[in-house]
Amino acid sequence: MSTNSYAVRDSMTMLRRNLKRAQRYPSMTISVVAMPLLMLLLFVYVFGGALGGGIDIPGVSGSGDRGDYINYVVPGILLMTMTASAVPTAVSVCSDMTEGIINRFRTMAISKASVLVGHVIGNVIQTVVALVVVLGVALAVGFRPNANVVEWVAAIGLLIFLAFALAWLSAAMGLGSDSVETASNAPMPLTFLPFLGSAVVTPDSMPTVLRWFAEYQPFTPMNETLRGLLMGTEIGNDAWIALAWLAGLSLLGYLWAKSSFNKEAKR
Amino acid sequence: MTATTGLIAPPKGITAQGLRKSYGEKVVLDGIDIQVSEGTVFALLGPNGAGKTTTVQILTTLISRDGGEARVAGHDLDQEPDSVRESIGVTGQFAAVDGLLTAEENILLIADLLHLDKAEGKRRAAELLERFDLTEVAKKPASNFSGGMRRKLDLAMTLVGNPQVIFLDEPTTGLDPRSRRTMWEMIRGLVASGVTIFLTTQYLEEADQLADRIAVLDGGKIVAEGTADELKRRIPGGHIRLQFNDVQHMDAAVQRLALSTVTRDDESLSLQIPSDGSIPALRAVLDVLESSGIHAEALTVHTPDLDDVFLALTGQDRKTATTDDSATAVKETQR
Repeated sequence: MSTNSYAVRDSMTMLRRNLKRAQRYPSMTISVVAMPLLMLLLFVYVFGGALGGGIDIPGVSGSGDRGDYINYVVPGILLMTMTASAVPTAVSVCSDMTEGIINRFRTMAISKASVLVGHVIGNVIQTVVALVVVLGVALAVGFRPNANVVEWVAAIGLLIFLAFALAWLSAAMGLGSDSVETASNAPMPLTFLPFLGSAVVTPDSMPTVLRWFAEYQPFTPMNETLRGLLMGTEIGNDAWIALAWLAGLSLLGYLWAKSSFNKEAKR
Repeated sequence: MTATTGLIAPPKGITAQGLRKSYGEKVVLDGIDIQVSEGTVFALLGPNGAGKTTTVQILTTLISRDGGEARVAGHDLDQEPDSVRESIGVTGQFAAVDGLLTAEENILLIADLLHLDKAEGKRRAAELLERFDLTEVAKKPASNFSGGMRRKLDLAMTLVGNPQVIFLDEPTTGLDPRSRRTMWEMIRGLVASGVTIFLTTQYLEEADQLADRIAVLDGGKIVAEGTADELKRRIPGGHIRLQFNDVQHMDAAVQRLALSTVTRDDESLSLQIPSDGSIPALRAVLDVLESSGIHAEALTVHTPDLDDVFLALTGQDRKTATTDDSATAVKETQR
């Protein structure tokens, strides 16, 4: 009876729990921030000089340099921050499922959805923290976006939408994993998907099959939209394609997580 | 006491008829009936894999069943699952605590989920921490706790909502004998406060110590039910054992006692005579031995205990079963 009326309150309780857990176990948060940071530094300082001159950077006429490349690669690194930050959702959802506390929740008269909603919102908040850190470092090493306030809001909005979609997908993967180890590996392929798009090089420079994949996979239009918003390159249809992907992925993640969650306890 | 609740209102304890559950081909519960009166302790006793946890999972709304009817605390499992959930508390086989939260935060989490207001939650938490002797570790994360402390915290979390019916699924499995006794004391305390307890255990002594009624579950069926004494009476496990020095005296004893039910063991030179172990029965045997000049080396009286009931009913070979961990653990804790 009371289930629906308490959905928000229960979700907030679960959110508080998950934020507390994230605080107590910071190594997970640190490791997901470290990955995109390392990539950023690697691509800027190790490959940046060569790639800046080697690829045809949109908006830059002729041969670019390291500075031009930073501006090219940061939007992709921000996407990677989102994908890497989704991993903890799978891990925390899976550890809840395997540690028995989920059975306590299931035997209480609480909103069923609150368990997952708490994880998803908690993960989105955690992701925003990671985003702020990575963006800060990017600005420090020379990222110079030319976005106005509206474009910034749109860019951040896009990233949060992505974080939300990925959190649901990751939650579903966590529900489908038997162990925490499996759960932490399951979202890994997502982490590297931006690489196979326009994150670090333009798809034009790729072999045919890969280029075809790069052009049609969801991260490329997101990347192009983000780059357009932050750097002023052309966006075209990419914004709508990106939003369609995000809506589709969120829905898929949500339905998948919901159906896994509603399946009976194993054994 | 509980007879008055019989006819008009649905009984407040637990009633279940014909519960069935299969996973694929494997039948886990093959139609079991359960009747637990309000304010009593019911123990479901059985070996590993008998279906105890499945029964608890069905009655606590965790999983669905394939057949049968059940009411818990007067509420139908299908029609009012949330009312059932509001009335029950569950402590499972593995302590369901959040290791990253402190003892106090764990209890407050449950208080929040029960929608208690902040002050009331704090008050309940302080009270439960005190009652379970956890006040000193209230601010420590549960992951640092010993097994016994985790169980105590688990039980404390179960009690935040003052449940009318409490399910304890193997509450002392994996605990050392001291923690087990502490847990028993707490369970007795709960019974005294009037709640109904559904306990599953593989420890016979635990059922004997705590339960008003015991059902023995084996292979998805209830193979026996009754009080501990009733169950013990059902099993002809009591006997007098006579130990001899030589075969001649043993043969003579078999002849003189002239009972077809005497079991002889030539290897250990001993006889087992079925008996209730009462003094007249003992005297009768001793009189026979004395009047015919038969020398017996030793006489021991073996009264049936739940071990006999359990092993006889669950079809386990006594020899293999006593080397089994659980049976050994029971022996160790017996005084």
